[in-house]
Amino acid sequence: MTLILEASSAAAGRGTRVRSKGERRMMWKALLFVAPAVLLLAAIYIIPVVVLAGFSLTDYQLGALSTRFIALENFAKAFDDPVFLRSLKNTVIYAVIVIPLGVFLALGLALLVHGRKRSRAFWEAAYFLPVTATLVAMATVWQFLLHPSIGPVNAAIKWLGFEPVAFLSNPTLLIPTMAMIGVWQILGFNMVLFLAGLTAIPKDLYEAARLDGARHPFDRFVTVTWPMLGPTTLFVVVTTSISAFKVFETVAVLTKGRFGSETLLFDLYLEGFEYSNTGYAAALTLIFLVIILVLSIGQTLHLDRKVHY
Amino acid sequence: MARVRQFLPHLVLGAGAFIVLLPFYWMFLTSIRSPAEIFDVSLWPIPKQFDMAVNYERAASQVPMMRFMLNGLIVCLGILIVQVATAVPAAYALAKLNFPGRKLLLTLVIAALCVPIQALALPLFVGLAKLDLLNTYFAMMAPFFLSVFAIFLFHQSFRSYPDEIIEAARMDGFSEMEICWGLVLRGSLPSLAAFSVFSVVAHWNDLYWPMIVVTDINLAPPPLGMLFFSDVESGANYGALMAGAALITAPMIVCFLLARRHFIAGITMTGVK
Repeated sequence: MTLILEASSAAAGRGTRVRSKGERRMMWKALLFVAPAVLLLAAIYIIPVVVLAGFSLTDYQLGALSTRFIALENFAKAFDDPVFLRSLKNTVIYAVIVIPLGVFLALGLALLVHGRKRSRAFWEAAYFLPVTATLVAMATVWQFLLHPSIGPVNAAIKWLGFEPVAFLSNPTLLIPTMAMIGVWQILGFNMVLFLAGLTAIPKDLYEAARLDGARHPFDRFVTVTWPMLGPTTLFVVVTTSISAFKVFETVAVLTKGRFGSETLLFDLYLEGFEYSNTGYAAALTLIFLVIILVLSIGQTLHLDRKVHY
Repeated sequence: MARVRQFLPHLVLGAGAFIVLLPFYWMFLTSIRSPAEIFDVSLWPIPKQFDMAVNYERAASQVPMMRFMLNGLIVCLGILIVQVATAVPAAYALAKLNFPGRKLLLTLVIAALCVPIQALALPLFVGLAKLDLLNTYFAMMAPFFLSVFAIFLFHQSFRSYPDEIIEAARMDGFSEMEICWGLVLRGSLPSLAAFSVFSVVAHWNDLYWPMIVVTDINLAPPPLGMLFFSDVESGANYGALMAGAALITAPMIVCFLLARRHFIAGITMTGVK
């Protein structure tokens, strides 16, 4: 009896040893599988973020002979720098125009397209086209369209009996004009996100709402569609605001920051890569990063919910 | 009244589509008509004089337009290949294998999803400058060799692959590499297709990073080349300028029209579901 017990426990012991050996081999294989990704993660994300934070505390200039540690001086300087403050203000104005228009026009389009059966594919394609098209090239086309004397937009405005509008030379109109191009570009993207959200709403909810007395389509929108679209709407607002704060291409093509039309990223680009004020640009980058991180908290929570560790 | 209600949505959608598509139409129309018609603001589709060949030839000779496209192709393909090669095994290990630090790695991947390239550009640029690697294809591609988004996406998709099949394949003597690339990835081909579209479109259209690391015009990808071209032409010849813009946007537009479903799925993948 004891003999049998001993034998069986020995066998069990051997079994676990064999398994743990196999497990260890598998563990090494797994580590080998993630090794390239881990190395790249360190080289592209972790080390650069640490270096960036380090730069932001110095007056480092690429190619300069000496560098001093200046603590938080760069950050203090940023909030005294009229160009940076102007770029911040411009970016906020841009976002304030792009977010509501980009979200609510897209929602309206999605509601209209969702009801179409045969022509749905066509409308989807038409509104999505600007999303795929190279923005630098399309901004050049917009420059031509909005040209004060030879552009068709101003020709139409004159034909309607109004004064031509200097979209791209009147300083107060620069940011709104670029925001309209931003809306034009993001509309199809948001519309497709809303369409996915609309498709996910169960049909019986509308039936139930109708039985409950929501006869008018508008009532059904308020009682069913809008609340059910809540998560989608939040997500669309977040992605739209992140892309609004990253506006760069339209500025690079249309104004190059002339007439005080710099945006956050464009100012960052100038300081860091044109003027080589590496330390100062690092501080500005950190401010930019904080804005983006705050905006993307919502997005991360959304993604995080879908991950099961 | 019923008829009006039926046609009103089409009317609104049509008016909106007219505005949305106007730039594409104007680009193409200007690129095929004579520069002499530049003051003609009518939208009439048939130009008095077809100058398509002249405009496109000028766009291709004034700047190395074909070279820009080739650069774009090299950069996009290089990035995509390395992204898939590094992300697929990592995602497989995260989804199906056990190893110390798995949770930490997953957390880092999700944290990295929030960090845009523009925030990393400065240290990466200084690093590449110190290594004397500016103005190379490598510099244009390197920051994108790791796509945390690809890891995240493939991880989500691989998790639903049945463990029994993996176990059975191991019993049959398949190596982990074969299981990862031959079985599990094959079960996630739609994700791979969508990610490829996402990656290629993003990098074909990207201006920020190439503008930082490339000053040699012969290495410029399409957007940087276009910027350079519009500075050279500076409004003198809109026919050629629009021909250049049409050339640069054409590959993505044609692919989009051919594989509409995949494109929409790929680009909006960052979204819900």
